[in-house]
Parts: sequence; C-alpha cells; structure tokens
Amino acid sequence: MENNKLLFDYLLQLGDSSLILGQRLSEWCGHGPILEVDMALTNIALDLLGQTRNYFQYAVEIEGKGRTEDDLAMLRDVSDFKNVLLVEQPNEDFAYTVARQFFFDSFHYLFLSELQHSTNEQLAAIASKSLKEVTYHVRFSSQWVKRLGDGTEESHQKMQNAIDDLWMYVGELCEESELDKIMSKNKIGVDLNKIRPNFYQEINDVLQEATLKIPEDNWNQTGGKNGKHTEHLGFILTEMQWMQRTYPNMEW
Amino acid sequence: MKQFSNTAIYNLLEQVPDPEVPVLSIIDLGIVRDVIIENDKVEIVITPTYTGCPAMDMIAVNIKAILQENNIDATIKTILSPAWTTDWMSESGKQKLKEYGITPPVAKTTDKLSLLGESKLVSCPRCDSNDTKMISQFGSTACKSLYKCNDCLEPFDYFKCH
Repeated sequence: MENNKLLFDYLLQLGDSSLILGQRLSEWCGHGPILEVDMALTNIALDLLGQTRNYFQYAVEIEGKGRTEDDLAMLRDVSDFKNVLLVEQPNEDFAYTVARQFFFDSFHYLFLSELQHSTNEQLAAIASKSLKEVTYHVRFSSQWVKRLGDGTEESHQKMQNAIDDLWMYVGELCEESELDKIMSKNKIGVDLNKIRPNFYQEINDVLQEATLKIPEDNWNQTGGKNGKHTEHLGFILTEMQWMQRTYPNMEW
Repeated sequence: MKQFSNTAIYNLLEQVPDPEVPVLSIIDLGIVRDVIIENDKVEIVITPTYTGCPAMDMIAVNIKAILQENNIDATIKTILSPAWTTDWMSESGKQKLKEYGITPPVAKTTDKLSLLGESKLVSCPRCDSNDTKMISQFGSTACKSLYKCNDCLEPFDYFKCH
C-alpha cells in the first residue's frame, strides 16, 4: 500500500509536468509565428498530452479508488499539482517558448532514457514509447535555439533574454525531491544526480553553438514538486478546468 | 458455442482502416499485435502509434463494431511495449501510402541516418524526384513530416520513421 502511494505520487509528478507544458503549448494553436511552427508546437502538445494520459491511466489503476484520468487532470487544485515551475511559465514571445521547450526537452530526453530501465515494467514501457516522440521534440527546440541565437541581432537578443529570465527555473529539473530520492533508490525512478552532468553539457553545447551565454547566477527557484507554485499555475488551471468546474460531471 | 479461426478474424481486421490515413488498414500499420482466442472469447491486442494519437479510441470502437457485425464479442487490450515502429508497416501498406500521395518511411529505424533524424532520399510521391526539401518535421498528423518537391513543386507528406 505504502509503495503504491509513492508510485502514485511519482506518476503525478511526471504526468503533471507533461500536462501543464502541453496546455501551455496549446495556447499557441492558431497563433504560431508561421503555420509550420504552429503545427509543430501543437504536435508536441499532443504528444505530451498522450504521455500524461499514460501516466494518469496507470496512476488511477494502482490507486484503485474508481477515479479516472480526467479526474486527476480536471479536479485537482494548484497545491495538488507536482509539475516543475519551468513548464508553467507563460509563453511570452516565441523566444521564451523555444527556450522553455529547449530546457525541458533536453532534460526530458535524458530522463526518459534512464526511466526506460525502471524495474517497473509499465513505467519502462511508457518511457520507451515517449522517448521516440521526445527525440523529435529536442531536435525541434535545439534547432530553433541555434537559429534564433545565431540569427539577427534582434533574434539573438530576444533569445538571450529568454534564456536569462528562465534560467532560475532550470535547476529544479535535476533537483531531487524527497520522492525522487526514494524512487531512485528503489530503482523505479530516475537518479537525477546521474543525468545532471549530461544535462548541463547538452545545454552548454547548444547554447555555445547558438552564440548564447549561459547565465552566471546559479540561484534556483524551486518548489513545484512539493506543490508550491508560481502565480501562473492558478490561471492555467482556471482555463483548463473551467468546463468541469462549471458543469460538474458533464459529458459529451 | 461458436468457434472462430484466427485467419477469419485477421481478415475482418484487414477491413478496419486507419481513420487518419484511410488507405491503410490497421494490419498494414502494424497496430494489431495479437489476436487471442480462448474458447468463445476473443481478445484483440493493439498498440498506439503515437501516445497522443486521437485515432486510437476510434480504432478500438471500429474493431469492436466490425467484429460485432460478425457476431464476435471481443475485448480490446492496449499495450505499450514493445513500442510501435514504422518497421512493422507492411510492404503492401507502403505501396498503398505512396499511391495515396504520402511518401512511406524510407529507412529502418535502426539505420544511422534515421537515428540522427535525417533521411537521405525522401522521394516525391507524384513525380519520383529525389530533389526534395523538408519544410517541417511536424506535419498534418503526429506521424507525418511536411516536404516539398523541388522538381514538380508540389508539397507532400512524408510518413516519418519512428
């Protein structure tokens, strides 16, 4: 029972980050700078949403209380969400969206590569499946970081501003919560300390090629994994959950 | 008690099209992983192409419908492992895709180029020219990329290696 609760919380932690980032990217639908980018961002959103469904379906199965995947997405409040703070940051402009995506994808790719070896078969299966999709994501976002960073003076400046502003949310990705520690120890979850060096190496390589600077200040804002969020999450949930909150138990 | 042969069920499943790419059956795509027949119970095991593919629910409904029309009561089981790959697409499926105007995946997913996200020769499904250009890695559905032919100038979809 205790183990199931831990696994349940871990699944929420993983699913919530994908769900919230997917929701953020969906806001671009119909607003992308060009049609192809609009489609790419919503394609990525769809992949993330699909991955969330896999985590949540498994979570409600092991919980065994008759809740559904939709209940987890639509009927929890801000402090119940365990996503990292990075993914709830606003889209701002295209450079911000690309920077946020690049940081998350670089982490996500390494994370899933490890999660494939989880001793939990279902978690390993979800990871292998998702990894194929995330490979495309990381290619997309890295390419745009390079293109904008090593582009015009204006695109370079916008990209650098986005990197600087979002930098304080990057450290949390590889920072272990109590739950991360337990799950890594029991070989179900990922050892974040193991992927951290590769993560920063990858970021460094791409930013360097993009002629962008890594910010020097290493202070991190954290708390998302423990349910302490920035002011943005409430607004996201208000929009995302509006229908279910307004018309409880509605179906179509 | 009715007995069903494995072949009969596969023949029925051949008639279930992919909702997004209707020239392909779910057998052509490699979505059907197994058909398990135990006494009078039938279980169809399927795997999703992409985790967020909205066609999967539709496919499950369509499988049940066609089997029910033939008085077969089946349950559908979805598995994630091993993860679906375009390597499972049948040769006839690839041919049908091309005739439909979508270039089929050109490489095995284990090929080095495919691992690096490059495909050397994505030929135009209309004029067979190899002088083509990728416009976007993400196309009209999760499984496709958008290309353009530099010879006949037509844009076209490429079913990407996955």
